Amino acid sequence: MTQPVLEVRDLSTHFFTDDGEVKAVRGVSFEVMPGETVGIVGESGCGKSVTAMSLLGLVQRPGKVVHGEIMFKGQDLLKLNKEELRNIRGRDIAMIFQDPLSSLNPVLRIGFQIDEAMRSHDKIPKDDISQRGIDLLKQVRVPDAVHRIKDFPHQFSGGMRQRAMIAMGLSNKPDLLIADEPTTALDVTVQAQILELLRDLNEQTGAAIILITHNLGIVAGLCRRVLVMYAGEIVEEGPVEQIFESPQHPYTWSLLRSVPRIDSNRQDRLLSIEGLPPDLIDLPVGCKFNPRCPFRIERCFNEPPVIENVADAQRAACWVTMTRAYDEMNAATITDTSPGAASGVHPRGRRPAADLTPAATAETLSD
Amino acid sequence: MTDGTVAYPAAGAVAPATAGEPILRVVNVVKHFGAGVGASVKAVDGVSFDIMPGETVGLVGESGCGKSTLGRVITQLIPATSGEVILEGVDITKLRGEKLRQQRKQLQIIFQDPYASLDPRMTVGDIIAEPLVNFKMIGRGKAKDARVQELLRTVGLNPYFNNRYPHEFSGGQRQRIGIARALALNPKVIICDEPVSALDVSIQAQIINLLEDLQREFHLTYLFIAHDLSVVRHISNRVMVMYLGRICEVAPSDDLYRSQDHPYTRALLSSIPVPDPRIESKRRLVELTGEIPSPRNPPSGCLFHTRCPIAQVPGICADVVPPLEMKPDGHLASCHFSDQVRTKLAVTV
Repeated sequence: MTQPVLEVRDLSTHFFTDDGEVKAVRGVSFEVMPGETVGIVGESGCGKSVTAMSLLGLVQRPGKVVHGEIMFKGQDLLKLNKEELRNIRGRDIAMIFQDPLSSLNPVLRIGFQIDEAMRSHDKIPKDDISQRGIDLLKQVRVPDAVHRIKDFPHQFSGGMRQRAMIAMGLSNKPDLLIADEPTTALDVTVQAQILELLRDLNEQTGAAIILITHNLGIVAGLCRRVLVMYAGEIVEEGPVEQIFESPQHPYTWSLLRSVPRIDSNRQDRLLSIEGLPPDLIDLPVGCKFNPRCPFRIERCFNEPPVIENVADAQRAACWVTMTRAYDEMNAATITDTSPGAASGVHPRGRRPAADLTPAATAETLSD
Repeated sequence: MTDGTVAYPAAGAVAPATAGEPILRVVNVVKHFGAGVGASVKAVDGVSFDIMPGETVGLVGESGCGKSTLGRVITQLIPATSGEVILEGVDITKLRGEKLRQQRKQLQIIFQDPYASLDPRMTVGDIIAEPLVNFKMIGRGKAKDARVQELLRTVGLNPYFNNRYPHEFSGGQRQRIGIARALALNPKVIICDEPVSALDVSIQAQIINLLEDLQREFHLTYLFIAHDLSVVRHISNRVMVMYLGRICEVAPSDDLYRSQDHPYTRALLSSIPVPDPRIESKRRLVELTGEIPSPRNPPSGCLFHTRCPIAQVPGICADVVPPLEMKPDGHLASCHFSDQVRTKLAVTV
């Protein structure tokens, strides 16, 4: 059996701010196999970017990885010193970011910046570097690469800059490419081109890709496996087809029903998720999704659910799971998505809105 | 025509599906921004359409296509270079000062950024009441509080939050405050300029549902501007697709996914990822060559010909501007070869 290229075990990253300890990522475990495309999906503040930053040792003060192991090619990245980590970063694991303009140095030519990535690691023979720079730019489909390589970043459009960033990321033939919202700043037609490029490069180079995004459609198009994060934890993971076909965590289920789809029946009312994500300093007891969950039961308020197998290769952290919600709570027909609406569980002494942080009560308050 | 009324030109090219008097007519609106000596950016270049009372019309396009500029010209936040914006029979581009102010009560706008559009030093109550105070429609004290609380309740916020400041609210809640402010004067038409783009997916749905509920309750008419075609199609009755300052297709929302008459609409549709892996694996992209041209120096003939996969260049597409005209399926589109869009541009959507 092949070994995973990356194995993350029980990773926790906290930020020690003046307001308190922000528990941004808590107990995250997952694996990435060679050549695999894994999506990490979730809303802002769910910890998806912090997870990626933690992998490469890019978390800065007041943040700190407080616990866990990140095994890459048999070594724990968290145990390496700065110098050793530098040798891996950009060489064996590369990362591309959301905003290509602020990731490029405005006063250096594109070609210089691509070559620089290769010069600082000794993976590519010195004599091949400048030719490889041009080849890479061709590979990411920048037209007229021979001339454009001498351009400065401001002469490139947004889509081309992201292509240049991808070329830079791939320059040292990495085993793993981490793409953090690579298309969020781009228009849809350009986004589609970049995604197609990533898909092709994954097939051609065999580099595994971790794609971080809030867009479920992008995950469906590019990834084979998906991790769904909520409030700093993985709440569900599994093969993409399975998760989209039969999500078991109510958050995944709600998320899929809250986005308008271009191919859907327009009249369908969107199922909104009431309330707001929890405050990461003062987290709810039990399941972190319980203040917003229409299917919550008493147990959800007391015990945090453990992530466990719910189907072949699919894991979810939920005491109820959607199979039961469909069987016992008529999940197929609900229109009221307020907390506890489907299960009827409003714990004693706590009105539905009182579960939420003071600012959040308003979101769910109806007349 | 000093009173601002104008005679309508003969039935506009962009007629909505339903009959009756349009509440808002935009006639050949042009907005050029000066850009150095002798140069100008043609942000909006001759746009016409009608909106019927109670209708939601979506306006979609990529960044720089002029959709937000058009929204601002319609509300007269920036003056039009030429053209008419006729609100309930009155051309508001001809009005000035107090007359414009009074007429514009009917027309409100909701902005994209819920952080920048609320004054951080005003309480939520003052923000929402400001339009009412402006028009001397309300005094201070109890009456004001009552109206503010009613509006807060309408948009699903706690009515007793009127003394709080914007920073105490989340993005979605702030957008609700912006909506409450827009509702304060009981407007007939609301321009929604990317109202959900800055929000997270789960909050987006809350705001979209709220806008739909409010429309039903107060018989509002919306012009819904956004770059996300899925969102626009969901909320709108008709969708207008804009490219480089001009409208290239207008279609009923229910029909848009099934048939398209402009290659750009088809390319746009093929680019939208669908949250369904089985559909995604079968999908093919309409590949557009090149980048969006600069509106400072737009292409000749059809604006889209530089990127169009079916354009005849050199030929008619590079030389002749295609008129926005009715096609056999009832859409309005500006393409010389709209009959070939579906046959030549295969997409599995």
